[in-house]
Formats: sequence, C-alpha cells, structure tokens
Amino acid sequence: MSCATSDLEVQEEEEEEGGGGDHEERAHLEEGGGGGGSFQTQPLRHDDLKEMLDSNKDSLKLEAMKRIVAMIARGKNASDLFPAVVKNVACKNIEVKKLVYVYLVRYAEEQQDLALLSISTFQRGLKDPNQLIRASALRVLSSIRVTIIVPIMMLAIKEAASDMSPYVRKTAAHAIPKLYSLDPEQKDQLIEVIEKLLADKTTLVAGSVVMAFEEVCPERIDLIHKNYRKLCNLLIDVEEWGQVVIINMLTRYARTQFLNPNINESLLEEGSGGDKTFYGSDEDEDEDEEEKEKNAEAPAMAKRKPYVMDPDHRLLLRNTKPLLQSRNAAVVMAVAQLYFHLAPKAEVGVIAKALVRLLRSHSEVQYVVLQNVATMTIKRRGMFEPYLKSFYIRSTDPTQIKVLKLEVLTNLANETNISTILREFQTYIKSMDKDFVAATIQAIGRCATNIGEVRDTCLNGLVQLLSNRDELVVAESVVVIKKLLQMQPEKHSDIIKHMAKLTDNIQVPMARASILWLIGEYCEHVPKIAPDVLRKMAKSFTNEEDIVKLQIINLAAKLYLTNSKQTKLLTQYVLNLAKYDQNYDIRDRARFIRQLIVPTEKSGALSKYAKKLFLALKPAPVLESPFKDRDHFQLGSLSHLLNAKAGGYQELPDWPEAAPDPSVRNVEVKDSVPEWTKCSSREKRKEKKVEKPFYSDSEGESGPTESADSESDSASGSESGSGSEESGSGSESVESEEGSESEEEEEDEEEKNKKKKKKELKKPVQESESEQSSEEEERKPERKSKQRKSDSESESDEEESESESSQSESEDSESEAEIKKKKKAAESKPPTKPVKKENKKEKKEMSLLDLDDFEPAPSPQVTPVNTFLSNSLVTDLEGLSLSDTVLSPATIAPSSALKNYELLHRITGEGLSVEYCFSRQPFSPDANMVAVQMQFTNNATSDTKNLHMEDVKLQSGMRVKEFPEIELLPAGETAAAVMGIDFCDSTQAANFQLCTHTKKFFVSIQPPVGELMRPIFLTENEFKKEQGQLMGMNEITEKLTLDAKCRNEHAIVQRVTTAANLSRVPCGSDKECRFAGRTVTSSSLVLVTVATKEEGAAQLTVNCEKMLIGTMLVKDILLALTQ
Amino acid sequence: MIHSLFLINHSGDIFLEKHWKSVISRSVCDYFFEAREKAVDPENVPPVLQTPHHYLISIYRGKLFFLSVIQTEVAPLFVIEFLHRVADTIQDYFGECSEGIIKDNIVTVYELLEEMLDNGFPLATESNVLKEMIRPPTILRSVVNTLTGSSNVGDTLPTGQLSNVPWRRAGVKYTNNEAYFDVIEEIDAILDKSGTTVFAEIQGVIEACVRLTGMPDLTLSFMNPRLLDDVSFHPCVRFKRWESERVLSFIPPDGNFTLMNYHVSSQNLVAIPVYVKQSISFFETGPCGRLDITIGPKQTMGKTVENMMVTIHMPKAVLNANLTATQGTYTYDLTTKVLVWDIGKLNPQKLPNLRGSLSTQLAISGNPRYIMTLKLSQLMLVDCLKVSRLDMYGEKYKPFKGVKYLTKAGKFQVRT
Repeated sequence: MSCATSDLEVQEEEEEEGGGGDHEERAHLEEGGGGGGSFQTQPLRHDDLKEMLDSNKDSLKLEAMKRIVAMIARGKNASDLFPAVVKNVACKNIEVKKLVYVYLVRYAEEQQDLALLSISTFQRGLKDPNQLIRASALRVLSSIRVTIIVPIMMLAIKEAASDMSPYVRKTAAHAIPKLYSLDPEQKDQLIEVIEKLLADKTTLVAGSVVMAFEEVCPERIDLIHKNYRKLCNLLIDVEEWGQVVIINMLTRYARTQFLNPNINESLLEEGSGGDKTFYGSDEDEDEDEEEKEKNAEAPAMAKRKPYVMDPDHRLLLRNTKPLLQSRNAAVVMAVAQLYFHLAPKAEVGVIAKALVRLLRSHSEVQYVVLQNVATMTIKRRGMFEPYLKSFYIRSTDPTQIKVLKLEVLTNLANETNISTILREFQTYIKSMDKDFVAATIQAIGRCATNIGEVRDTCLNGLVQLLSNRDELVVAESVVVIKKLLQMQPEKHSDIIKHMAKLTDNIQVPMARASILWLIGEYCEHVPKIAPDVLRKMAKSFTNEEDIVKLQIINLAAKLYLTNSKQTKLLTQYVLNLAKYDQNYDIRDRARFIRQLIVPTEKSGALSKYAKKLFLALKPAPVLESPFKDRDHFQLGSLSHLLNAKAGGYQELPDWPEAAPDPSVRNVEVKDSVPEWTKCSSREKRKEKKVEKPFYSDSEGESGPTESADSESDSASGSESGSGSEESGSGSESVESEEGSESEEEEEDEEEKNKKKKKKELKKPVQESESEQSSEEEERKPERKSKQRKSDSESESDEEESESESSQSESEDSESEAEIKKKKKAAESKPPTKPVKKENKKEKKEMSLLDLDDFEPAPSPQVTPVNTFLSNSLVTDLEGLSLSDTVLSPATIAPSSALKNYELLHRITGEGLSVEYCFSRQPFSPDANMVAVQMQFTNNATSDTKNLHMEDVKLQSGMRVKEFPEIELLPAGETAAAVMGIDFCDSTQAANFQLCTHTKKFFVSIQPPVGELMRPIFLTENEFKKEQGQLMGMNEITEKLTLDAKCRNEHAIVQRVTTAANLSRVPCGSDKECRFAGRTVTSSSLVLVTVATKEEGAAQLTVNCEKMLIGTMLVKDILLALTQ
Repeated sequence: MIHSLFLINHSGDIFLEKHWKSVISRSVCDYFFEAREKAVDPENVPPVLQTPHHYLISIYRGKLFFLSVIQTEVAPLFVIEFLHRVADTIQDYFGECSEGIIKDNIVTVYELLEEMLDNGFPLATESNVLKEMIRPPTILRSVVNTLTGSSNVGDTLPTGQLSNVPWRRAGVKYTNNEAYFDVIEEIDAILDKSGTTVFAEIQGVIEACVRLTGMPDLTLSFMNPRLLDDVSFHPCVRFKRWESERVLSFIPPDGNFTLMNYHVSSQNLVAIPVYVKQSISFFETGPCGRLDITIGPKQTMGKTVENMMVTIHMPKAVLNANLTATQGTYTYDLTTKVLVWDIGKLNPQKLPNLRGSLSTQLAISGNPRYIMTLKLSQLMLVDCLKVSRLDMYGEKYKPFKGVKYLTKAGKFQVRT
C-alpha cells in the first residue's frame, strides 16, 4: 500500500513537472509565432490536434497521434487530449490503434472515468480468435492502472492463463505483477494463477511466470517443488531474460532444499590433518572460514553419513552450466552466482573463465562483474589465480574500473605471485590518474600487511615514494606507511625520522596528521626529533587544518608525558592556541587534555593514568578488503553491489541442517489440471503428494499442454464461428456457474480425500458425463497396467487417444457412434478417457467469459476461413495461419473418418461382409502390434455363429493376436472386433482364414505403409537433430507439384496425416510442414518434411532408417498430395 | 523491474522519457546529475546509484546516458545488458545511436521501447521480432510515408514471438543466397616501456552475414577447434552439439549477427606483429619536452600491416606538439590532449618515425598513454582459428559461402 501512495505523490509531482514543460513550450511558440496571447497558443494547438483526431481520415489521425506520442516521449503533458484520443481506441487502422494504446497506458491513471470507456474494446479483444490480438488486448488492459477494473483484470488473467496459446498465457503471466501492484489484496487469487502457470510446460511461459512468482509470492517456495525438474530441463530453451530470473530463483530454492555440498570437505580436512583443498592456495583465506564451519558443525558431522549430492541438485548444476556460454552477461553472471553459492568447491572453478570473458564487455558490465569477482576472490582465490593477468590495468580503463581491478589483484596476491603484482603496481604509480595512484598505494599497503614476506620490500618501496614529486603520492604513502609501521615500529625508527623531515614539504592534511601521529606515538624511538617537530608545528598551528591541529595537540600531550622537560612550554603554548580556536572540537580537546596531563588539585585520579591512556599499546590496524563478507548477499544482486539490502531483496537462506524430503519434487500426472476453484490447504496437498504413486515422467510431462495445444485448432475455429454473436452479459452468468462448480468440487475434495488420486482425473467432467463413470470403474485396472508401460509408449498412446478425442468432440454426432465403438473395443481404449476429459475441462475454462464457446466446436479441418475475413483485419488471417504452424506441435488428428478396407465382400462371403480399418489406436495387449478394427456385418437372412479366425499364414517374424470369437452374429446385425498384427515393419500381408460355424473364407490384410508407424512428439530442435543423423542413404527426396486443392498448409497436414500415422512437429516456418513418427515394431524414426514453394511446387523429404519404408512412404504421401 | 527510462544527452538534458509503470518525476535524475558532476569524466559515473527511494542504473553509449529507474531488487547486469540491447536496437534501426537520430525518430523509438518491455520486464528484444512489429525506416519508406502519411508500424503481427526460433523471421526469401563469415581476431596486449610483452591474448569473434532463403540449418566446423578456450554464442547455436562434436550447428538469424565470441587459450604464445621504440621526456628545467617514436614490423610472417594508427594521450600540461613524421600524418587535439598519428601501411624497408618537441606548462606530472590500433588483412597468426566447412541442411539450394580472416589490434597498449 505504501508503495501505491508514494506512486500517487510522484504522480502529482510529475504533473507539475509536465506543466513546467508546457510553459517552456509556450515560450518557444511565442518566439516562433511572434504573436498571440501566451495562454492561447497551447490550447489552440491542441484544438488543432483534436480536430485531426475527430476527422475521418486515418492519415490525419495518425499524424495527430504521432505528435501526441512525441509529446509524451519528451515528457510534455498531453493529458487534456484524453477524451479526443480515447474515442479512437476502436479505430480500424492498426497503426493509429497502437499509438492510442500507448497514450492510454500513459494517461489512464489520471483520467480513470474516461479510461473506462475503452475497457469494452479490450474485453472484445480478449475473445478475438487471433492469439496475438488476445495477448495485446490483455497486455494493454492490464497496463491500465485503474483500480475499478481490478475484477475485470482478474477475470481476464484467469481466462488467459488457461488459453490454448502459450503466447497468451505468457501475457497472462506478465499481467500478474501488474495487477498485484495495483491491488495487493488480490494476492491469494493471483498465487493460484501463478501456481497453475508454473505447471505450464512451454518455454515461452516459464520465464514470465517465474518473474511473476518472484514479484508476488517469492516466499511460497513450496510452489516450486513440483515444477523444479521441469524448470531445470526447460531452462536452456527459455529466452535470455527469463533464464536470469529462473536461475536466481532456483539458487534460493536449492539453498532451502539441498545439503551443503562442501560439508564434507571440512570433514575430510579434519580427518586427514594437513590434507589440502582442491586449490592449494585457498587455505589462507579459507582456513578461518572452515575453522568456523568445523567448530560449528563438527559434532553434528561426526554422526552424519558421507555426503551424497541429491540428483536434483546435480540436475540444476548440470543444466545451468552450458549457459555460461551465453552471450548475455546477465545470464552468465546468474549461472556464476549459482555455482558460487551451490556447487561443490571443486566445481566452482568453471565460472572463472566465463566471468573473465565478460571483462571485455562494456565498462558498466565490467564494473558489476568486477564487484562480484572481488567478493569471490576473497572466498575462493584459487579460482581466479590463473587469470591474474586479465585483471591487469590499462591506462584507458575508467578510474572506477581500475580501482576494482586493483581490488581483485590485491585479493589474488599471495607469496608466489606477489613479486609480479608489485612490479605491476609500480607501473601504476606512474599513472596520470591521481585517484588511481592513491588506490594503488593503498593496495600495496594491503599486500604488505597480508603477506609478511614482502612487508619490508613494500615498506621500502613506499618510503621511496616519499620522495616522489607528486604530493598526492607522498601523502598517500605516508598514510599507508603509518599503518604499516604500527605493526613493528621498533625496526623502523629511521623511516620515522625520514617522515619527520617531510613535514616541511607535505601540505596534504591527512598526511601531515599521519606523520604527527606517528611521531607522537613513537616519540621514544625518535627522542631528539620529536620536540623539534612540535616546535615547528606550534609555529604554524593557526594555519593548519583541523585534523592536523588535533594531531598537534595529541603530539604535544604525548611529548609532555614522556619528555616534559623539553616540551612543557611548547605544550602549554599549543594548548593555549587551541583554547581560542574557532573549532569547538579543538577547544574541547585542548581543555580535556590540559586537565588530563597537567595535574591540578581539581583533576581527579584520572591524570595519574594519563600516560597509560595516551601511550597505551595500540593494536595494528587491519587492512581489509571492503568486499569481505559481502557474500552473504546473493552475488550478482543489486543488494550485493550496494552492500545494503535493497527493497524486495530475498535473503539467500542458509543450507538446511538436514535435507527436506526430496520426494516433494516428484511429478504427478494430473496436477497440472487447472484448479481455480480452490487452493486446497497445504496439508491436503502434501497428503496427495505422499499418497500418489510415482507416475512415469513422460506421461506427466506430455499430457496437459499437448492437449491444450492440439486443441487450439478446433477451439479457435469455434470462437471465430461465434465471434459476432458475443454478448457482454455473458460473463456474469458464466461466473456464477463457475462458482457452483467450485462448490461442488470442494465437496468432492472433502468427501473423497482418500480416493482422490483416481477421482481427480474425473472430477471436472463429472456432471456432464456421470453416466460414463461406471464404465470407468471397470477400466481402472487396465489403466494401471498402462502406467507401467515404457515411456515412449505411454507418450504415443496418449497422443493417439488425444487426436481421437478431439476428433470425437468436433463431430458430435459421429463421436457418439465412435464412443459406442470404443465401448465395444474396450481393450484398446482406456487412456482415451482422462485425456478427453481434460480437454473438455479446458474448454470450459476458456469460456469463462464467453458463453458462445459452449457451442459445439466445428472440426479442425473445416476451419471457416471466411468468417475471419468479416473480422475486418485481413492481417489477422495471416497471423492465424502462421500461428497454426507454430502452435500445434501435437498431433493433428487424421481428420476424416478412418479409411475402411474391404476384407470380405458380401457376395464372396455369402452374406457376411467384413470391413477393416487401422484404428490408429495402440493395441494394448502388445505394443508392437498394429490395431486392426474389423466390422462384421451379417447381410444374410440367417444368423452366423462362432465367427473366429484360423490358419494364420504369416511371413517369418510376424505375429497376430486374434480377435475374440464372436459367438453369434444375428441376421442384419453388425459387430466389431479388434485384432492386433505385428507386421514386423513390412507391408507383407497377413493371411488367414475367417471361419464361421459353416464356412471358411481366405482373407488377407495388407497394411499401407503409413499405418506401420505411430506418431511421436518431437520439438523442432529434436527433429532437426534426428534429421541430421538420418542423412545420405536414409534420406529420400522427391519434388512434386501440389494438387490445386492442397496448396495451403492445413490441407497438406491433413493429407499427410491421413496417408500416414504421423504427428505434426512444430516449425518456425510456414513453408515447411514436418511430421514425425516411429515404426511400430522396431521403433525406427520416420521423419517427413514437406517444403512448399511458389506455384504449388513442393519438396518432400523422408528420413527413415528403414529405407524400404522410406521409399514406400514417399510414394504414398506423394500420391496423397498430388491427387 | 525497470520502472522508467530517461535518455540524457551530454549536456544533461533529458530528451526522452518512458515509463512502464506509474510515472516517476524526472527530478529523480538530479541524483544522477550530482554524481555526473562529481565524476568529471562521463565514463566514471558509477553505473549504479542509490537514491532515497529509487536505484538508478545507467549506461553511457554514444555520448548519451541511458538512465533507468529501479525500485526493487534486480540483478544490475540484467538492467545494464538490457539498456545496451536498447542502444543496439536503436543502432540497428537507424544506423547510429545518437541524440539527433533519436530525436528525429522519437515516435519510433518510443514504440520500440513500448514493445521491448512489458511492465518493466523484457518482452521482445530480438531484432527480427521487433522489425516485424515496427519496421525500420528506409529512404524509400520515408518517402512513401510522407506521401501517404503512414508510419512505420508493421501491419502484420509478430509471429516470430511465437516460434521457438524467435531470432528468425518466417518466409525469408532471397534471389542470391549467401552466407559470409568474418573471423576477426583481436590482439589484446600490454607492452611495457622496453617493448616486452606484459600481457597478450587473442580474442576472436565470428561475425556472420547470412542471407538465405527459408529455414536453413547450418553447420560450421573448424579445422582446429582445440584452439578455442572459451566461447560464447548467439542463442541460435545449439550448446549440446558444440559440447559433443565441437561444431556450430544453428538456424541463423536473418542478416548480420555475431555468431560467436571466443578466446584463444593462453597456452599459445601470441606473436606481437609490431614493435615500438619510444622515448618521451620532459625537461625538468624548461617548458618543453621531446618525443621520438619508431615503429617496426615484427613477426608478421610476410604479411603487411595496414591501417596502422598510434594514439597518444598526453598529460594535461602538454600545450602543443611540433613534430615531423617520416610517414603518415599526425594531429594533436588541444582540448582532449590526444595525439593521433595515422601511419597507414607499414613499410618494412623504411620504418616510420615521429619526432619533435612538445611545449608544456611548467608542472609536468604523469606519463602519456599509448593506444595503438592496427589491422592485418590476411590470416596472420599461426594459431588462427580456421573454418573447415559449412554445411547447410533443411534447404535444397546451393548457397554462396565465404569466409574472411582478419587480425586486428584490440586493446593494444604500450606503457611509458
């Protein structure tokens, strides 16, 4: 809240500021126009703009908007144009519209009431069939900072979060922090949205939602558990900025969830005594640290088992490492800090090289990197030692960079390299840059204190500097020498003498003060010189700087105590001068010292101890790096850079004593099913986690998003179809519906807490499909067996079923029939159910605001392109068709009904006719078999009995799973059965006899090559990679001319998928369609690429290890595309 | 994240402001001006400043300050990198990033900024995506625009944002398909007064200019990839392929881009192609000094050194220089105290020499700094990265391929 109010204040200021700007402008205009009242000009000009905005010509509007935006950009106030501008929010011209949006976002906050007028436009935009328009509507809507529309925004975000377009979901993630900053009250609801979006499997969304997470609820680390592995795996494909946010968040996460990988190192050291760490040179610096660690943890450690890194911890380290090669400095830094904070000591070294590389970047980047390197070098010096020379200073570096490099060099200095470093420092002292020279001298001082061996050398060097021509150099040296001398003053009385001489020349106050302090402190070492110095100083006392005056008093006091004979009068003289000084500090000091050293009756017992007070042995100062202990801030953070906690900084937690339960990260299948309705309490969720069995990964990963994606076609179709009929009132009623739904679900949850695993799958559709639940009970065991299947299998299974389900949805009447079929062919169906339900649920959610969506969706292949055209923006069309290619990575269903083949003609079969089709379902009893669905029709007048198969003749290796015997097929009835054939990836026919109780018919089933495969899901990159490996002999290319009806992409996809059981692979280009599948028996990859060119020319490429299949497939697809 | 952005010119005028969240008064920049005042040199302004309510993160590019206002914790490099990306984008669009250019195209720049950040978080930073949304100006288009009154806003929607190859536009078409790669190696070196090498290394970069139709998938392999010590890639390069096979496999962005930066491992000795004999002395007694520099080739392996240029930053006290050059020309800028000697081609027979006297004020302190820039046209170093072949997959035409090698001086300095 405080944030909001401060914003308002700022706002007001800005308005004033803007006003100021106007004045300026007016003045300008007056000069230029040479007339008119000073307050007339401005409104006039705006009238002009208003007129332009009201005109009918787009070009005039555009010109006006451009001028207005230019005003905004320059910081001029244009708020009085608000009414005129907001009218154009619905302008058809996309350029004008964009500029109006820009204006609106800037001024809506100031003109809240008027801004509301524009809201309906965006609400309409939210339902646009084009994902890009939906996204931009949401983006602008959420950028309008008007509190009244918070509920609308909330609703829009929720809806967009379950949009089928990942781009819209990304925009929803972006909108979350906006809404949060507008109304922090919404936090709980927003967290639910975040939780849902975190489960999203697309790289596009990942970065944005983690950003939202960090802004809204960084403390809810528990939300990450289930998404942890997915985030790790996606990381490399996320866009750069998202990577930074995710890595920083994961660093924090890992600190709470894993054990310190360096625990055992200290243990080892303890055990083996002098055994050294990986980097031999680390010891000096690290020893203290480790000592502490040891002391603190040794008792606990003794009991602990040897450290084994959690595989998830390893996963994170492994998956972030390649990002050190990123071109983006922020990403490299993020990985570096992750390694610094999380990796075992021996592995941290890898980041050094990458950080050193960044030193060639812009000076601002260098500045930040060097700050972090400086902190790292204190903890882990060995890491950067090989790169010592990379920190050498160039005369062209800006001073701030030089100083930081100096810091790093100093931190890196040790016995072995100190001579090189000192030689380097010597050249720096000659630099023109005075601040830098001063810093160098300090650095030399620090090297001298840290490394005993070179202390004398350094000191001598510094003393030589005392004769430098440059006063600054001398002064700085004096200060440093003073510090060094404190360590062993006895040995260096000649240096002190030398310095005493300098008082005549050096004018820099700090240096003079230092010399005086030195002489006073060690006056016993220079008994003859000291009083003389005091004499000189007494003479010049009145002209000295305050800091020098104080030291003169100090010197006087000390001399008085040690050598009162010679200096009594001098001291009194100085004290008298000080008594009347202008500075009260000096007067104070003089009074205090006089009381202390000159015993009078009044002065108490204290003066006896005066000598002890003044000449007590003082500990030598420790010259420390300013970067010491900065690493308690997360490296790379703003807080670290400033060495102060910045607002919103999340502390880097300490390692836990014992690792929390790693099973929380196990991924469950259906957790990603959207759940708006209720954020069940945490305990409940945990319960679920524990109870749930360990589903196979692939199932969990491939499920939800794919379904969402594959659906996009049909859904967008439906939306566009109904677009014109939208009504504003729709939203309310839907909302209430949602409410009731949620209540129901709540009850569910309470009642069926235990059975939940299974029930959850069904929940969303229970009302609509309750009748089917009974069947489902029967299928359960089968589903279980399914789960045990291998990864690839379950994946493909799901896809197939998916495709079918979307099909069934789209063609309502047909689907019913199909469902019946499925019931009969129960064996092959099980996985269909859950996925389909999910689809339906998805559907419902999408339609929160839009009633029309409840209409049955038309099937994908009949996408009514024409309706788009009415939508005025022809460009949208382009966008949509393009987006299709990108957005439907999953299967596009073989659209038309499956092709039926005749097995037995009515006449030859004497009344019995048999047709078969390849159902493209997985054949559950044996995954290597192709499912063949047979339809028996008894056209005869008498019943047929004992329908079964016999005498199967097969090529070697082929196998058949017979269909169960049909005992009775009454006259005029039909029956269906499924059999499985393992064709061994060949198109050889399977021959067998079809027997009834009376007759035997010889029949044979020969599969088209396209049916010998099952679709698999590949990403574009995987596709490319695989394709790269299937070159040469395995690649077959054909040129072709596309059939006139099949020039658009959609038709191509449809025809190819009809010809072969393949799934679509997403592709960035609209000129290419890619498909992938695996052969059923040997699981060899089949990759198909159709690249289109002008005039229907196209090129078909098939990559397949099995050349025979490849050749045949080329023929088949060629046929499908050219006819 | 990033709250607001102010563009500030050299003299301290704010000429563009953009706010992504609520408006922040430009008075916040006063803290920056204060620091700017204190720093004397613009490049010495600390990139990160703390004010009572905000944090200011700035970069200095092309005599402009890009000053962003931050309110909460954020990785400073994140902001710095982004600001540089903004400057890059402006440069990419308009050819240069200067105050005049930005002022002339203020609406376009403002729109770009609008698209690049959403609520302060980077949204579209790929130049190809941006160019689809907001078209860069060309001469032809600006003429058309003035006639028809249209602007540069793209009327197509940026589908690139949706693809998983966001750096490449869809539907690229060229009649001449070409792919050129420039392998540029820069020698970073510090030589000390006597001419011995204090520090030298080679940094390389592969600049690519790819104009290929469709969605080509390129594979670039090297003869001596072992030479590469440390690399960083454009996001299009597949990390895994590099890790396992040491080849660059990528779907290239359209047009010019930096494919890879690399560092040649320091085990390889760097041959410095030139040597410098120098003596600059200032007389303690009088207001003058003497300068004598000779440059000669060294280890050039028969290749000629071109575009040789020596830049000397003189101490402030040097008033003027009266020199004669045996080859090339020299200029001395009195305000910046920079002496530039443009030599051109280095002739091994007749070594270029620059000598003469310097007039100074009495007090002289410090030493001049040298920076040398030179360029070697041909493959010069023994340990130069060499491209072995370029293969293209995914498209069936034959592209024209070319590789050019160049060695240049990077941060090449001679100490005095």
